[in-house]
Amino acid sequence: MDFAIVLQVLDGALRLMTPLLFACLAGLYSERAGIFDIGLEGKMLMAGFAAAAVAAVTGNVWLGLVAGIGASVALALLHGLASITFRGNQLISGVAVNFLAAGLTVLLGQRLFQLGGRTPSLGGEARFGPVTLPFAETLRDVPVLGPIYAELISGHTVLVYLALACVPLTWWVLFRTRFGLRLRAVGENPASVDTAGVSVTRLRYQAVIICGILCGLAGAYLSTALAAGFVRDMTAGRGYIALAALIFAKWRPAHALFATFLFGLMEAIANRFPNIDIGPITVPSMFMNALPYILTVIILAGFVGRAIPPRAGGEPYVKER
Amino acid sequence: METMPKWADLILTPLISLLLAFAISGLVILAIGENPWEALKVMVTGALGSSYGWGFTLYYTTNFIFTGLAVAVAYHAGLFNIGGEGQASLGGLGVALVCLSLPWPGWWLALPAAMIGAALFGALWALIPAVLQARRGSHIVITTIMFNFIAAALLNYLLVNVLRPVGSMDPSTPRFPAETHLPSISDIMAGFGVSWGQHTPANVTLIVALIACLLVWMLIWHTRLGYEIRAFGKSEPAALYAGISPTRIIITAMMISGALAGLMAINNVMGEAERLLMNSVEGAGFIGIAVALMGRNHPAGVLLAALLFGFLYQGGGELALWTSIPRELITVIQALVILFTGALDNMVRMPLERLFLARRRRGAR
Repeated sequence: MDFAIVLQVLDGALRLMTPLLFACLAGLYSERAGIFDIGLEGKMLMAGFAAAAVAAVTGNVWLGLVAGIGASVALALLHGLASITFRGNQLISGVAVNFLAAGLTVLLGQRLFQLGGRTPSLGGEARFGPVTLPFAETLRDVPVLGPIYAELISGHTVLVYLALACVPLTWWVLFRTRFGLRLRAVGENPASVDTAGVSVTRLRYQAVIICGILCGLAGAYLSTALAAGFVRDMTAGRGYIALAALIFAKWRPAHALFATFLFGLMEAIANRFPNIDIGPITVPSMFMNALPYILTVIILAGFVGRAIPPRAGGEPYVKER
Repeated sequence: METMPKWADLILTPLISLLLAFAISGLVILAIGENPWEALKVMVTGALGSSYGWGFTLYYTTNFIFTGLAVAVAYHAGLFNIGGEGQASLGGLGVALVCLSLPWPGWWLALPAAMIGAALFGALWALIPAVLQARRGSHIVITTIMFNFIAAALLNYLLVNVLRPVGSMDPSTPRFPAETHLPSISDIMAGFGVSWGQHTPANVTLIVALIACLLVWMLIWHTRLGYEIRAFGKSEPAALYAGISPTRIIITAMMISGALAGLMAINNVMGEAERLLMNSVEGAGFIGIAVALMGRNHPAGVLLAALLFGFLYQGGGELALWTSIPRELITVIQALVILFTGALDNMVRMPLERLFLARRRRGAR
């Protein structure tokens, strides 16, 4: 395997990890605040559709991005309404959000474009283009580091860099700000936050909205940067893989970067080499596709370190009267 | 103190939730520029207007009874089994292996054997998440979701690389031998001299499903195990104090749940396709969630809810055929039913409770 192929695979991994990273961080905010969210998939899907649809109609990808975030936040608020205000079952609400998005995107897509749930393919200003970092071309000829800089680090869309920047940002918000401290506290022991005179409801809604924004970015990236347009069910389980990455990362931002890169790498390898020959046996591509899920189950089983979720996760908070 | 009479809790709240879900579905149809009333007429005519429509409706109903019961049994133990989809597809594998491995003399022997295969494979697929929940505390919702994906990958592999007959391009098993063909409802009706539902996939599995409803009802409310399952689901510490082993209940309840989901395969794999296809479950495992929620986890409720979703599913297919409304409308309705009867239950319940409380106060005065 030569250097160029390694670079190609790593480059693919970086592209494929971006939606996972956004969604994983989205789940991180929500679950750290005590709101389980298995609706990441649905929010991404809805955002992907809204972003591609608006970008296709207006020809402006930034308007598409705004629409994608808006659609995702709307679903996030629905989840918040069910799980915070009406103290419903957060898991059931998440399932509902996923189906709602799966159905609505096709219904609206068919109504708007009559392409069987697809949006027209995007090009030019309606799609995020690659950003060439400074000196990428001049440094290309430097041995080893040159191609790494020019091929791997430069030439991605702006959203890829934004996703990477979100990791330290999330760490800083969660562990170095007052808001972050309260957010983590509300996921561990909401009663103590309430006693301190801080509104649990307000904090949890804030977390859910941040989750919506990040899922919106993930979905918009899928349909307007990674692909050129929306196709039905295009998230293809990425929301669940992000959820898996979140558990893998034990609800920590830096670990999330590592976990999503690992899962992105698996997908990139599976794309590049459908069947891998290791001497006598051939590893089928299906195994590579299932590997993130298998790894998550192993992690959950506690065989490789223990993943302990935020303590108050999944439980609605009932204020004492 | 009970704030609401029992009938209001069991019938009124789900009914209002359902009406809300349908009202919003109607608005969605309006929003995509179609007439909800016309759409409803197409659905009713297509699904219930002829014995042909009924044949399909009852076929789908059979699927949803099994997956709905699967979710309901786990729910009584306080476990949310989202893995019905994976368990049902593994059930399909069990059915295929049974049907293809031995020369069966007739369906009457192949059916019980296939049922055992389906239930066993479904139960085993639920066993791993159950053991992980019971022994290692891993969240069953996440593990069952992961197992759905692993099941899809596994079947994909088996159908493409192992079970596919030589020379066939189709990722599926060979056709099952003719001796394993299950009698359809129309065959049974023809035996009585009645022409009903010709060329429809509804088959004898429907009767198995109805028996399953009865057995689940007996299990949950009339056996010691059922009592333990319910006690555990209501309060784990109380059950533990009463000497009920959480490990045993989690594993037993999940295996029964998985077996029920797996049994669906005798309807769609053995009864309809007569070979194992890729993605044979087609989302029925997930519809089971909506069915169980709407049916309040009671077998009678599950039966009614499964019939409703059978109607919606067949009606949705007719809509896609005769109008420009895609069949994904059913996914939206399914989502709204889950949302209103499941997650937003309190939104309907709280005002109703207030209403009944006010009435009672007035009555007491």
